[in-house]
Amino acid sequence: MALTKADMAEYLYEELGLNKREAKDVVEMFFEEIRSALVRGEQVKLSGFGNFDLREKKERPGRNPKTGEEIPITARRVVTFRPGQKLKSRVEAYAGTEQ
Amino acid sequence: MMKSELIDALSAGQGHLAYKDVELAVRCIVERMSGALASGERIEIRGFGSFSLHYRPPRVGRNPKTGDSVALSGKHVPHFKPGKELRDRVNQAYALELQQQATAEVKADMDAEVGAEA
Repeated sequence: MALTKADMAEYLYEELGLNKREAKDVVEMFFEEIRSALVRGEQVKLSGFGNFDLREKKERPGRNPKTGEEIPITARRVVTFRPGQKLKSRVEAYAGTEQ
Repeated sequence: MMKSELIDALSAGQGHLAYKDVELAVRCIVERMSGALASGERIEIRGFGSFSLHYRPPRVGRNPKTGDSVALSGKHVPHFKPGKELRDRVNQAYALELQQQATAEVKADMDAEVGAEA
């Protein structure tokens, strides 16, 4: 089972007593704000969790894996996530099965 | 953008929620996400991306100061995979930036040529 926006909204409803509508909106806006900042080319830092960074990739030669035809992979900007120290140490302790 | 600026932006867009509530909500969301990963649960946000754990097998490391080898046990690390909508929007904005830059350069070159002829 994976954590979803609906679970987070439910959690805000239970923990903070926001009504369901508000809880749903605030979760929705949370991800939309982060996404918008990244689209603007802005890095996003969530202390205690991690940073969403942007990296620019130059154009490089690629290949269609099916046909073997050479096609350039255009220059692009990609989002990377660097977990913060606190999150890393919390997760490191997880002893469950390999994912 | 820092967490505080995110809270500012959210409370500006959520007129009916007090600033303090937005601040608490953001803290709760982040805590809920960290807690999920700490217990080995994935996070899936459609249009944004998914977080999961990747396993790093045990290895022999070295103390960089003394050069002694140390046995390091296996561990899990958080991993984020951006979703399609996030990837596409970030990339489209970047493509537009590159295009505008190129146009500005061509224009500057043309202006320079005109200047040289005059």
